[in-house]
Amino acid sequence: MSTFFDRILGREKSSAQQAKDRLKLVLIHDRIDMNPGTMELLKDELIEVISRHVEIDPNAVHIEMNQDGRQQRLIADIPLNPTSRRRSRKRV
Amino acid sequence: MSKRVITITSGKGGVGKTTATANIATALAVDGARVVCIDADIGLRNLDVVLGLENRIVYDLVDVVEGRCRLRQAMIRDKRLPNLFLIPAAQTRDKTAVSPSDMVRLIDELREESEWILIDSPAGIERGFRNAIAPADLVLVITNPEISAVRDADRIIGLIEAEEKGPARLVLNRLKPEMVKREDMLSPDDVLELLAVELIGIIPEDEKVILSTNRGTPIVLDGKSQAGLAFRNIAARLEGQEVPFISLESSNGFFGRISRMIGAGGD
Repeated sequence: MSTFFDRILGREKSSAQQAKDRLKLVLIHDRIDMNPGTMELLKDELIEVISRHVEIDPNAVHIEMNQDGRQQRLIADIPLNPTSRRRSRKRV
Repeated sequence: MSKRVITITSGKGGVGKTTATANIATALAVDGARVVCIDADIGLRNLDVVLGLENRIVYDLVDVVEGRCRLRQAMIRDKRLPNLFLIPAAQTRDKTAVSPSDMVRLIDELREESEWILIDSPAGIERGFRNAIAPADLVLVITNPEISAVRDADRIIGLIEAEEKGPARLVLNRLKPEMVKREDMLSPDDVLELLAVELIGIIPEDEKVILSTNRGTPIVLDGKSQAGLAFRNIAARLEGQEVPFISLESSNGFFGRISRMIGAGGD
């Protein structure tokens, strides 16, 4: 997808770059045999499970697939809310 | 142990498996080795016409497997090179006529009398593909710099690894330097980054390939063709030579840069 500025300047990503970007995503799902819909479901469930134990802001969560050679990694970056830390300390 | 049984496969059809098999086999034979190439695409054979040997077929792969002839009888000697042979596929049978263990047995017999055995795999991920990779020491995956071909190549690379036949090496076929320069075609670097495999050759788009197929004379026998040179380089790399990736300069040094990058990233 072209950025706002690209569009303003009348520039679009080259077709080769578009092909590369599209392939990147397609290959991730092909390799783990999981379609994008299932992936979204997994993310939602992951957030749900984690928020059962600690307080998180679902909008700050980043979960993505990463390619490392021919190895796929699920990378989750989940910032924990400070309030949850206070509360858990109290319990201890 | 050196790798002498080479399977050429792709996933997607029509990207150049048969042309690559014919040309790499011919190049290895030009260098003096005894080479047998096998068409494993049962029901859709084509290696015979690409090599110009279609009129000499008597027996085929299925005849050997089913014991109707001896291995030697199914080996067709090339018109030009006396040390190059073809075992054609059966045209009127289907892929289930041969099993992966049949292929392993047949290739074991061939190993004793040939220096190189090249297997032309059918497209797809079914039985025919499994037959073709079962006896392989090394699998070459060929793709075009197109989204569908690259996607299928990735699938096939994964399957090759799952069958413990990896790591596969990549042949990037029909590259158009001018289009890459305009950023209208995936570059070799793009494809290698996406597939995360090691390159063994880049074949530039070359109209002469069609002429050579029309005539049944592999392009490697044309001393002036860029594609022919690229196929000869693949053969040399299989033989263990260190060949720098050819600089496909069409007007400026752009491809020199790309090939240097690949050369540096590769071996």
